[in-house]
Amino acid sequence: MAEKKLLLGDFAVARGAWEAGVRVATAYPGTPSTEITEELARYDDVYSEWSPNEKVALEAGIGASIRGARTIVSMKHVGLNVACDPLFTAAYTGVNGGLVIAVADDPSVFSSQNEQDTRLTAVSAQVPVLEPSDSEESKEFAKLAFALSEKYDTPVILRMTTRVAHSQSLVTLGARENVPLRPYEKNIAKYVMMPANARVRHTVVEARMEKLSEDANGFSINRIEEGSKELGIICAGGVYEYVKEALPEASVLKLGMVHPLPYKLIETFAKGVKRCIVAEELAPHLETQIKAHGIAVEGKNIFPRCGEFSANLIRRCVLGRGEEAKCADVPARPPVLCSGCPHRGVFYTLSKLKLTVLGDIGCYTLGAVPPLSAMDAVICMGASVGMAVGFDKADPEAHKHTVAVIGDSTFIHSGITGLIDAVYNKARITLLILDNRTTGMTGHQEHPATGKTIKKEPTHELDLAAVCRAAGVEDVVTVDPGDLAATEAAVKAALANEGVSVIIAKRPCVLLTKKLYSGFKVNDRCKKCRACLKLGCPAIVNGEKGITIDVSLCTECGLCKSVCKFGAIEGGGEQ
Amino acid sequence: MKSLDILIVGVGGQGTLLASRVLGKYALAEGHDVKLSEVHGMAQRGGSVMTYVRIGEKIASPIIDEGGADLILAFEKLEALRYLHYLKKGGAVLYSAQEIMPMPVVTGAAKYPAGIEDVLGCAGIDALSLALQAGNAKAANAVMLGALCRRLGLDRAKFEEALLTSIPQKTVEMNKKAFALGYAAA
Repeated sequence: MAEKKLLLGDFAVARGAWEAGVRVATAYPGTPSTEITEELARYDDVYSEWSPNEKVALEAGIGASIRGARTIVSMKHVGLNVACDPLFTAAYTGVNGGLVIAVADDPSVFSSQNEQDTRLTAVSAQVPVLEPSDSEESKEFAKLAFALSEKYDTPVILRMTTRVAHSQSLVTLGARENVPLRPYEKNIAKYVMMPANARVRHTVVEARMEKLSEDANGFSINRIEEGSKELGIICAGGVYEYVKEALPEASVLKLGMVHPLPYKLIETFAKGVKRCIVAEELAPHLETQIKAHGIAVEGKNIFPRCGEFSANLIRRCVLGRGEEAKCADVPARPPVLCSGCPHRGVFYTLSKLKLTVLGDIGCYTLGAVPPLSAMDAVICMGASVGMAVGFDKADPEAHKHTVAVIGDSTFIHSGITGLIDAVYNKARITLLILDNRTTGMTGHQEHPATGKTIKKEPTHELDLAAVCRAAGVEDVVTVDPGDLAATEAAVKAALANEGVSVIIAKRPCVLLTKKLYSGFKVNDRCKKCRACLKLGCPAIVNGEKGITIDVSLCTECGLCKSVCKFGAIEGGGEQ
Repeated sequence: MKSLDILIVGVGGQGTLLASRVLGKYALAEGHDVKLSEVHGMAQRGGSVMTYVRIGEKIASPIIDEGGADLILAFEKLEALRYLHYLKKGGAVLYSAQEIMPMPVVTGAAKYPAGIEDVLGCAGIDALSLALQAGNAKAANAVMLGALCRRLGLDRAKFEEALLTSIPQKTVEMNKKAFALGYAAA
């Protein structure tokens, strides 16, 4: 009997790609897609890399595909925005070796800055989309995506959602298919997208999508599960599982390919049921397309456009049955910077100096959480630097009390170009690069400035200070954010500079150390002045017994010791 | 084991993911269908987290609906209360008596609720003290797994093995001790 394993949806995508003979895997980390490439890095017969950003990842992927290798490129939904430029034109050139782009959406915004729907991007880009509903399908659809990519000469998007990517279910493991590198043949008309060629290729794309839509009527991944003639549900992905649980009697049209759509199949299905409903999270993508083909369905008239679905939600919306259960009225528990987080020293300083802080994407976005509240705007990867330029150009006084804050990995991803803009256009900005020696929020991936590849092999370590100097920044200093006095002095000096200043706040992420601590204690010298509480450290508790330290959380970073004027914090020791 | 829906809740960083994976491993070895749904990313940084474990003959949805959990395993007291509406009528709560102050409580914007024990209708396991007794506060999740094993009447040797094969070698002895203390306390 074939081996069955409990696998995360993302791991199953990796397994499917491996079984399909993938040779090259590129990605920039992004929740909930990160684990696809982390898992692929464990296979010796696959080349894998963390690219500096999603655009480069896709460009490397396109190169590998044109050269004849089966290739997978992985990213989160907002990462696809960064990669859109190559994507839209890769649809025109088509592929040589199969090219699969795994894109993970985040309905309910568990760990993102927005809730956009990749299916809509795929419609614009004219790229087919497969959408699995559990881990077994994640593996099988990954394999199928390579086959379709080569058969129809197109990149294929494998769309995941958080719930499918981060759920574990059983997967039947298969063997790796031996797929040789395809021969490379020079083909200027196909691969060089200049106007004369692009005009021709656009007609190829239109014909390809039309043919795929027609052929999709016969794809086994688009299937009708006959049930009651009274109620029919059209659905895909994770929503299919909720529908099966909530409405076991209903007829179901399960779409494995959500773009382009099999209209004949949909028409047959809709005709066979009295009430036909499209159940889909986020945008009314299926609904809009189906209605445009003159097929009457219900959809967003009963379902929400925001947030993820559940079996209960399907029951409520379709049957009008069941109340939304009420959560007890209790204090919220938002995520916070970890105890011992090196970013805390920076945000404590920025909060103390009451500065305007233009932030960026990463753990340090949590600098916005009270009591630090040291963040004013966060938009997308790299935006902090550009926004600081905008603040300076809009308000001649802004540079005296405004800073931009960006992580090391995010700076490399897309902050460097913003810094070049600042120098080139004579802006006056202060940029803090929070260099915690890793890509923190997504679970500690290597990046070009850690000196290690995805497989932990040593490589050139990008020198962030040298990059800044090469961009033309003369004022570049490095501080330890654990040293509050030095951090404050550096920030004040940078703000006084009438040019571009960069402060590299360098200290490794506390979670990288994996040490066990016994934790600090508060002694009887505590005057309850609450100075330590301003750090927003989750280990410092202000309870009925006064101020105490939760030893289960304390990592002995010492910030509380440095803000306590009474020597009331003591003890500790690594175990 | 009949079909079982377990909601594991706690504070990001407490080890709810490990707990769900141990349960999944055990149930799979027992020949059941299993689905787990996890939280990665931002909430892992000290936020409120929930992980779903569904065990049965054939599982569709990987998530448990409100009012659907047979058991809530809570690594923190307030989190047990927060997700109580997920409990089925007649379901059970197994929780750690540990209190971790959420940031709104630390800043004084909110109060840590009193009398949670009364609402939950049972006493919590003193998982933090037992973990410290076993060697380190981080072993509190192993304490809770020991308690869960006994409460559900699972095969102790097999369940313990599922735990000990899921953790770094150097912490095996500490986790073994913690598991035993939790088992005895349930």
